[in-house]
Amino acid sequence: MSVMVDSAPRDESLAVGESRDDGQSPPQGGRSAVTSTFAKFFPAALAFALLFIAWELYARLGGIAPTILPAPSRVLAQAWENRAALADNTLPTIRATLAGFACSLAAAFILSALVDFLAPLRRALFPLLIASQTMPLVAIAPLVVLWFGFGLLPKILLVALVTFFPMMVALVEGYAATSTEISQMLAAMGAGRWRIFWLARLPSALPYFFAGLRISITYAVVGAIFAEYAGAAKGLGIYMLSAKNNFRPDLVLAAVAVSSALTLALFGLAVLVQRLAMPWERAGRDRKPGPSGEGRP
Amino acid sequence: MTRLELRDVRKSFGALEVLAGVSLHVAAGEFVSILGPSGAGKSTLFQLLTGAIRGEGGMRFDGAPLDGARFAFMPQRDALMPWRRVIDNATLGLEVQGMKRRAARERVAPLFAEFGLAGFERAWPAELSGGMRQRAALLRTVVQERDMLLLDEPFGALDALTRAAMQRWLEGMWRSHRWTALLITHDVREAVLLSDRIYVLSARPARVVREVAVPLPRPRTESAALAREAAAIEAGILDTLLGQSEPISRSSDGELK
Repeated sequence: MSVMVDSAPRDESLAVGESRDDGQSPPQGGRSAVTSTFAKFFPAALAFALLFIAWELYARLGGIAPTILPAPSRVLAQAWENRAALADNTLPTIRATLAGFACSLAAAFILSALVDFLAPLRRALFPLLIASQTMPLVAIAPLVVLWFGFGLLPKILLVALVTFFPMMVALVEGYAATSTEISQMLAAMGAGRWRIFWLARLPSALPYFFAGLRISITYAVVGAIFAEYAGAAKGLGIYMLSAKNNFRPDLVLAAVAVSSALTLALFGLAVLVQRLAMPWERAGRDRKPGPSGEGRP
Repeated sequence: MTRLELRDVRKSFGALEVLAGVSLHVAAGEFVSILGPSGAGKSTLFQLLTGAIRGEGGMRFDGAPLDGARFAFMPQRDALMPWRRVIDNATLGLEVQGMKRRAARERVAPLFAEFGLAGFERAWPAELSGGMRQRAALLRTVVQERDMLLLDEPFGALDALTRAAMQRWLEGMWRSHRWTALLITHDVREAVLLSDRIYVLSARPARVVREVAVPLPRPRTESAALAREAAAIEAGILDTLLGQSEPISRSSDGELK
């Protein structure tokens, strides 16, 4: 995990592509910008298309019953047919995901700040947190539902359980990555610990935080679905379960498609928020400060 | 009038003796350099001055025991915050002192032209060249209006050409502002160009092995005659440095932070 978090701030954002040259591409490059965007997304689109075409052909020509492996076209058609039920079950999942993730985010910020100020707390807390990540969700989810009922609370707890750790680790490592020169300079300016945290440590942690956020947000929807799978009145998880029990793999896959779309949307949102929150990152990318200073005194 | 006075300042980290009794003084409006081999403990001395670490010996400012609030400190690398625009980096010290951001900006903005940064107020530090970053860092340092500037190898990370340009520029700025300044450097030429006096430190554990007055008129970069005199002073200092650092050069593998 820490390896992922370590390397992540430096890599380009994962799935949602961004061209290195946008923002500074000259206006005459209107057509070339379109073609370059096309060139960038084309391989991924092609891979997806080939996969679905192969699946469609296999399902249709292989003589496989749609109750075993439905063709993508059937999944799509059935999803449309059952759109009301799907939407009805998607909303609770979105609610659980967002509520759980918001709690997780708040907890990660508060706890990471506490841990940053109190080193002993870090030593006390981290083994516990790591242990929490070793629990198999399949086993824990029914227990949490057993303890906290079929309402929103167990879902919030499970989403928080799977999303909290990457953000927490990212934040703590991000604080530690603060340049000692900046901290020393602030101390020499007369800034106290809290000011240094606010002015230097927190902003220094932002790239790490967003790397952790991108990782954990991909777990969030899955966590909510797991919780619903273990017991819920409504939600994509319980919808998948009942579709499976009714021998409707097409509807299971339709729900899977919805949950994937949710995750992708959340991931895109995270990338967008990162861009808005860290405008200097793009400035730095446009012009790498090299050893060549301009000699003008 | 003596402002800063250090008397027999010592510092050890465990068994490692870094400063073995450093005494020096800086008068008002004087530009003094501390010159020494790398790893000699120059940065440790600055950390003592800013209060980041504690040592033994007497440190007085204007005759009273020293407190860290006397100095505006410029660290080795520019230490600009990448997440703050240039103007907000420049106002940082004022904001820490409790000034409102808007008032601080109004105070700092008129100085951008003099520091060769006009038009870059709203730029991100990553958009500046190395020399511009150093000027922004110096701007952030001087606007704090502290009693004295502490400059820790401010041009060490620059390429040779930019460094030479920055040294000339700093000399010009100093002539018009007459800051009381203490510069750490291991660049002999830089020390001779900028300083009124130079303290030459030994290798670790550091002591002052020589005090060199530089009585050359300013500006020092203009005439060939001055350059010859400066070169003679440089050669004398280099002799001192090389003469005493040779037997210890094996152990001077890393600078102490």
